[in-house]
Amino acid sequence: MRILVIEDDRRAAAYLVKGLRESGHSVDHAADGKEGLFLAAAENYDVLIVDRMLPGRDGLSLVEVLRSTGNQTPVLFLSALGGVDDRVRGLRAGGDDYLVKPFAFSELIARVEALARRAAATPAVQTRLEVGGLEMDLVKRTVRRDGRPIDLLPREFQLLEFLMRHAGSPVTRTMLLEKVWDYNFDPQTNVIDVHVARLRQKVDRDFAKPLIHTIRGVGYCLRD
Amino acid sequence: MIDRRLLRTTAFRVALIYAALLFATVAVALGAVYYATAGTLDAQTDETIAAEIDGLREQYRQRGVAGLAQVLRGRSARQRTSSLYLLTDPFGRPLAGNLSAWPAAAPDREGWIAFPLYDAPPEETAPDEATAHPARARIFLLPEGHRLLVGRDLRERQRFVDRFAESVLWAFALTLGLGTAGGVLLGRRVLRRIDGVRRTAARIMAGELDQRLALSGSGDEIDQVAANLNAMLDRIEALMGEMRHVAEGVAHDLRTPLNRLRSRLELGLMEVEASDPARVALEDALEEAEGLLGTFQALLAIAEVEAGHQQTEFAPFDLAALAREVAELYEPLAEQAGLRIAAELRPATVRGHRQLVAQALANLVDNAVKYTPPGGTVSIRTGPGERPGDAVLTVADTGQGIPEEERVRVLRRFVRLEGSRSAPGNGLGLSLVDAVARLHGAALELGDAQPGLVATLRFPVAAVDGAVHGTADGAATPA
Repeated sequence: MRILVIEDDRRAAAYLVKGLRESGHSVDHAADGKEGLFLAAAENYDVLIVDRMLPGRDGLSLVEVLRSTGNQTPVLFLSALGGVDDRVRGLRAGGDDYLVKPFAFSELIARVEALARRAAATPAVQTRLEVGGLEMDLVKRTVRRDGRPIDLLPREFQLLEFLMRHAGSPVTRTMLLEKVWDYNFDPQTNVIDVHVARLRQKVDRDFAKPLIHTIRGVGYCLRD
Repeated sequence: MIDRRLLRTTAFRVALIYAALLFATVAVALGAVYYATAGTLDAQTDETIAAEIDGLREQYRQRGVAGLAQVLRGRSARQRTSSLYLLTDPFGRPLAGNLSAWPAAAPDREGWIAFPLYDAPPEETAPDEATAHPARARIFLLPEGHRLLVGRDLRERQRFVDRFAESVLWAFALTLGLGTAGGVLLGRRVLRRIDGVRRTAARIMAGELDQRLALSGSGDEIDQVAANLNAMLDRIEALMGEMRHVAEGVAHDLRTPLNRLRSRLELGLMEVEASDPARVALEDALEEAEGLLGTFQALLAIAEVEAGHQQTEFAPFDLAALAREVAELYEPLAEQAGLRIAAELRPATVRGHRQLVAQALANLVDNAVKYTPPGGTVSIRTGPGERPGDAVLTVADTGQGIPEEERVRVLRRFVRLEGSRSAPGNGLGLSLVDAVARLHGAALELGDAQPGLVATLRFPVAAVDGAVHGTADGAATPA
């Protein structure tokens, strides 16, 4: 996938570019807002990684301008500012995700891939999700696997929905805590693991082929 | 009712000592005056008596007993005299004088006697002790066996002494009263100012480091002490700020290279084959780096909370709803640890930073789950506090609790109690809870749940949005 990194810190940018390339992506780099806006508008990228604080043009206004021209390329903001207001401002300006520095590389890649996948998926409102025999009816709030109904608590349903919407790409524990529980702090103990273990009990126990996989050092992935 | 503390003030004590000294001085002075005056009076009495005796002796020598009796009769007839006379024949029968009977008192070697004198009874009433007044006289035995008594009624002297004693008592009472009142006034004035200093100092100790002692502007000793204390506080505040700055600077500056280290390790891992034995070492190193970064993050998060900027993000929210979410988040973990989460949630609206309060509550529940043996219960309660408008959040467990003497210490950064070192954690969890509590003007109290620990977050009225609270309850309907 084609990714544009707009980041003024050269060393940080070098690591980002190298890491993303290692993960098999094709990466361009812009060191300031002006160049970034030019590249983002001229080229066709799958995801933009934008630092919030940039010389030349601030990251927020860059995305605002880009959106005003009708460009819908998914944007992941990187920022040292972790306040609730900062997040809200970033998302309101047209960002699709917000990652606070410092972050783990695996976290960044998981989020970039999730963004790209979401953009590639049919944008129309979905009423059904299906992954390898696992069906979720978003209207009736029911789940079946190979036709057998699975009873889920509301939060388990939300968790499974998130995993199914990102089927095939890894999601991190932080992503789950942020998107399913709406918390952006790290709990001391990894409570998410226990929730996923419970969900796994219900979804995978009676079936020969597991759908929920643990990705070491990253998180989880639901795939056929 | 005098304030008990007043009695212990230095000013009051000094005033009391002054009052006592004044009292003693007055006592000595008045005593000297008294003795000098009384002595003079006594000498005068004796001189008068001696002069009379000289005169009477002359009469006796010239005219014998009869002449003496005549003179005495003449003198006794005088009205309002203070002189006393009595002449008796050898058988004790009065011949002349103004005393009705010979006094019973025994004379001293020189013939002086002192005896009580009773006013002439107005017919047959018994002499009354109360009407007695002292008298002093000298007695002689005349050559024919007659006896003569010459003396003075000391009523005037007695009256003078009584009045003098009365004045002295009043003077004493006044000295004592004025001295004590002065002491109280002085003590109270000093106490009021010291009280002001104490109150401000208490607020400073409670964390309001920017508070300063008020100066009266008089430049007196208390002002000087206050000014010195203020200077000391400025210094302490500067030092603390510097220390925090250094600590945060270290955390901040180390975070960047640490993050670079982590990135390098992550990139390294991408290039290493799954079968390569170096992979395990890289993964371990990555885990360590992440732990370190986590600690720095937590430290910086606490510093950020303490800086107080997040108050701009305050909004009203329901504690009960938040607690329900956190309870649900931790329920599977608790179940896995063989614990039960008991939630008793009554609505209570708080104005604050929802994410931070959620994190604080998560930390408390996390600790409770970590330190409670299987079979125990973790109780989460929310509801209005004792005072109207307050909101209270408590987390109690049935673990071994924290000894009372350790409860303040555990709030400090990196403090971990004996026996908890084996459990994962960086010793910053409760520090963050404490910082979040203080950001909200709330107090974090650790207590004994008998058995176990109970942590209480008490949000004061100030942190609660009264209007929202009222409508949420339906209680604040206008009358």
